[in-house]
Amino acid sequence: MTDTVPKDTWVEIHRIALTPDQRAPQIPADTKQVPLEMRVKGFLAAPARVGEPAEIVTPAGRRLGGVLGEVNPAYDHGFGSPIPALSSIGAQVRALLRDPGRYK
Amino acid sequence: MIDSYANIMAERADIMRASVGIDYTAYQTGALAFDYDRLLTDTGYDIDTARRVQRRTAVGDTPLVELGNITELVRAVAAPGMGARIFLKDEAANPSGSFKDRRASLSVHEAKKRGYAGVAAATSGNYGAAVASQAAKAGLRCIVVQEAFDSHAIAQPEIAEKTRACEAYGAEVIRLSVGPELFYVFLCVLKESRYFNASLYTPYSILGVETLGFELAGQAREQTGQFPDIVIATHAGGGNVTGTARGLQKAGASDTQMVAASVDLSGLHMASDRDFNRKSFTTGHTGFSIPFTTWPDRADVPRNAARALRYMDRFVTVTQGEVFYITEVLAALEGLQRGPAGNTSLAAAFVIAQALDRDRIIVVQETEYTGAGKHPLAQLNLARRLGIDIRRGDPRDSRPGASIVIPEHPSQLAVVDVDLDGVRQSYVRHAIDTLGDDDQLSEADFDFLATETRTSRRYVEDLVHEARGTTRRL
Repeated sequence: MTDTVPKDTWVEIHRIALTPDQRAPQIPADTKQVPLEMRVKGFLAAPARVGEPAEIVTPAGRRLGGVLGEVNPAYDHGFGSPIPALSSIGAQVRALLRDPGRYK
Repeated sequence: MIDSYANIMAERADIMRASVGIDYTAYQTGALAFDYDRLLTDTGYDIDTARRVQRRTAVGDTPLVELGNITELVRAVAAPGMGARIFLKDEAANPSGSFKDRRASLSVHEAKKRGYAGVAAATSGNYGAAVASQAAKAGLRCIVVQEAFDSHAIAQPEIAEKTRACEAYGAEVIRLSVGPELFYVFLCVLKESRYFNASLYTPYSILGVETLGFELAGQAREQTGQFPDIVIATHAGGGNVTGTARGLQKAGASDTQMVAASVDLSGLHMASDRDFNRKSFTTGHTGFSIPFTTWPDRADVPRNAARALRYMDRFVTVTQGEVFYITEVLAALEGLQRGPAGNTSLAAAFVIAQALDRDRIIVVQETEYTGAGKHPLAQLNLARRLGIDIRRGDPRDSRPGASIVIPEHPSQLAVVDVDLDGVRQSYVRHAIDTLGDDDQLSEADFDFLATETRTSRRYVEDLVHEARGTTRRL
């Protein structure tokens, strides 16, 4: 059992915008099999538990309801490891400029 | 947001009218035709007015930088005596880091002037950050609706960065999984919020880009004594090509050739949940540029003010691997980390410059900021995780969604010309498809089609009769 998350905590809610059978007719089969999901962040309007219904006040001041997901969700996008296929490009083109005849 | 899909789609015309404040029906002049020039001029934003509005928020006046080392690299691989000078308009110097600030600025200014409480935009790209940034400065609320993650909750890294940027500027960000019903959610948002629709495709958005073309024409002349011979724009929805070309014309650079460049993503479906994260580019690719060039009126406003086919002299594609390669070269030789998506036009410029004399001038007309998620490493690490083969080799061997081939040598970069005649024919077929069986085409419609496709009355009449199975009048 999760703890109650206090009011005014920055959270993300999740909801289904369209179930598979409500989706637009023209979409590809793989997309049609899954629901249209929606995630929005905001400040919790009232204490709630993760996985249970919750309401948020968004940065635009709107009240939106959904299921409480992550609390204080991280921005975890980054760069990742260097990619070997890119690593030698810089040295290669610098060498080519120093000695243009070499690669002709 | 409780309205059903069918109900909302039935209300779309009313929601649109209320949210952009333009009655598009007033510009209709035929079954297909509308008065494009009047739609734009009625907004009241000429170049001077647009520049004045943009300068208030430090938008525009970005540097035009000569890429001397890349030009040297071009000349190292070109035939003796060949290799045009390449210049870059560093649009990353705009407040939110891309030329999209120009497009957002007039929309947000207009929204404020008309008394809207906020602005909303349907975009997963730099444009969202631009609208959020402009809204922050104007003291307006902002909602951005993004297509952001697939059904396994894997976020596209570049879009994750846009989410962060929008939230940093104080916007509400609605992140959606994959599908064209984003438009339905967006309509729900517009209906409920009564915000201004800062669409990428309104006249404001296009007029905001005219300043880019206008500025670069003047800067090129100042630095080189002439207008550019060629301007290359990364091409997706058409606004970049349209606005830049119009700005060039307004500056008097009427002989400058406008080249559109897109990343080739053929074979990947834009509405496929599976393909979503197998695209290593989120914009500037053929998934947008081909449908929007062959039929611009598929946008989130009734008539699209971005009409790229009217303005492009040439349309080329490059591969994902080539754009990642040139992104590395830009950092290594010019000390500029930009893109990657905005460097599509730079990859094309590198190739096109090789076929031109050394006294010719090519301008690559945009850059965008680079950062976490918005970087070749972020894209290629995700691609690798999804099983896409990444290797050095001949970029012609790449297959979007299956492999990304990074050139082994700069001489391997190439462009593939899109057959503009085929695009024009496709445009006319799309136009005809929008008509009812009883709709008759007027003189105005044929003239409109000829202008849209940059062809003649005769050319479009033949195509129309072929498509409708009728005979042309003798």
